[in-house]
Amino acid sequence: MIDVKDLTKQYGDKRAVDGLTFTVRPGIVTGFLGPNGAGKSTTMRMILGLDHPTSGSATINGVPYSQLHDPLQQVGALLEARAIHTGRTAHNHLLALSQTCGLPRSRVDDVIEAVGLQEVARKRAGGFSLGMGQRLGIATALLGNPGTLILDEPVNGLDPEGIRWIRDLLRSLAAEGRTIFVSSHLMSEMAQTAEHLIVIGKGKLIADTSVEAFIAGASRGLVRVRTTDAQALKAALAGPDVTVREADGALEVTGLTTDQVGITAAEQRITLLELTPVQASLEEAFMDLTSDAVEFHASANPTAVQGASS
Amino acid sequence: MTAVSTTPQFRVTLPRVIRSEWTKLRSLRSTIWSLLAALAFILLFAVLIPSLMVSQWSDRKPEDVLTFDPTSVSLAGAGLGQLAIGVLGVLLISGEYSTGMIRASLAAVPARVPILVAKAIVFATAVIVSTLPALFAAFFIGQSIFASKHADVSLSAPGVLRVIFGSALYLTAVGLLGLALGALLRHTAGAISLLVGLLIVLPPLMLLLPADIRHSFNQYTPGHAADSLVSVHRMAHTLSPWTGFGVFCLYWIVGLVAASILLKRRDA
Repeated sequence: MIDVKDLTKQYGDKRAVDGLTFTVRPGIVTGFLGPNGAGKSTTMRMILGLDHPTSGSATINGVPYSQLHDPLQQVGALLEARAIHTGRTAHNHLLALSQTCGLPRSRVDDVIEAVGLQEVARKRAGGFSLGMGQRLGIATALLGNPGTLILDEPVNGLDPEGIRWIRDLLRSLAAEGRTIFVSSHLMSEMAQTAEHLIVIGKGKLIADTSVEAFIAGASRGLVRVRTTDAQALKAALAGPDVTVREADGALEVTGLTTDQVGITAAEQRITLLELTPVQASLEEAFMDLTSDAVEFHASANPTAVQGASS
Repeated sequence: MTAVSTTPQFRVTLPRVIRSEWTKLRSLRSTIWSLLAALAFILLFAVLIPSLMVSQWSDRKPEDVLTFDPTSVSLAGAGLGQLAIGVLGVLLISGEYSTGMIRASLAAVPARVPILVAKAIVFATAVIVSTLPALFAAFFIGQSIFASKHADVSLSAPGVLRVIFGSALYLTAVGLLGLALGALLRHTAGAISLLVGLLIVLPPLMLLLPADIRHSFNQYTPGHAADSLVSVHRMAHTLSPWTGFGVFCLYWIVGLVAASILLKRRDA
């Protein structure tokens, strides 16, 4: 169980994390979602006691991380930036960390085997590929057989097989009653792994909901329709709660079903060339939700930037 | 994976952190090479300097004859060895910052300060244990060369043992000063520059000061405080051997205490 209360981190005049409050429950995988720069890593570093909050608190099973007596047994962590000395072998890296709390030496070989690094365990970590580094990071997190796992972008740099392996691993660990908190900036990834979502943007909480509810909320319908007489159809469809938007030679209608659009067109004897229901994808729903909170927008129209400055 | 365990069986303790730091120290090639370099300097100069002196024996000036100290001349390599050991002290902690390892270390030991304490204990032990035999060997090598001119001294001569043990202690203290600077600056190049500046660059700069000020201040600087400890004869305007060493130790002690406070407070 991870409890975050009014957590705030201020860097100079920039508020990286702004009054976050949420709870991560055991037994399920909780996704921590937000665009790059939303404050996910900073929040995780504060939970792990690496960064000090400006205000607010974060506890693990009711105890601040800095006061844990057996941290590796309580919490396993994978941080986004590699936290491995490049000159040390994977085996010695894990051995040194396991010795800080007297874990049996066999744990080192166990976790190396669990992540499939047996063949490179005696090689220096500096020569590891991104995927191998990520696996070593996960081995580090599993070292103390912890009840809570905090993983920052664990699928980064993994191949499809590795991504599936992580997904299965996280779900089986959650099924054992552990608390699993995983960050990602990819909605699609989270939709397949997590049961619960905590979505943040610009350091603020945007949503704290189950994946199911998130998907249901995201599936607002959109009808794409092409016609020979756009103006007439537009006029015929007009009504309260209905919006009609012109988009590359077609109309995009919200607030009506395909049936309603088709019947109205027939009544008005307007020729339809296309009538398609469009489901907003999860990725789009996520973009909609966080579009106001994205740190760096790429301009779709470079001339608009010039126009704004002149 | 076994079921979630809840008994706090695997607590962090200082002896365990010391074991962990020993594993870290011995598992890096840079450690081994830096220590070997220091030992090589000590042994090499024990052959080189006495041999050169013996080859020019008749050209010696009267004042050289007066101040001739066959012990410290045999141990001249420690002067270069201190750089290798000081740099190793810096790398011990700055290497963790440059690679990101420090985050894993701090996550494993949330109290943080035990990491620095354990590093200091492990490193000091490693330096003492490796340099002391080398310094004894250097002494005997040097004396065997001076024996050809009947200018050698025995181990039991006054001050000799103090200089040999003192040199090992001095090298250890330099290593700890490096560790303190590395922990304070968290940056390899910066900490090494500062260390070299304090030990090597500052002493000649002091010569620019008026003599009376220099004579009273010089003996307290890191570059000179331990001068008497590592030579059999005590020079003018130097602190007594053990007072001087105490002053030198104050530098690394103050540095490590400050580094511990900052380690607790700073974000990793």
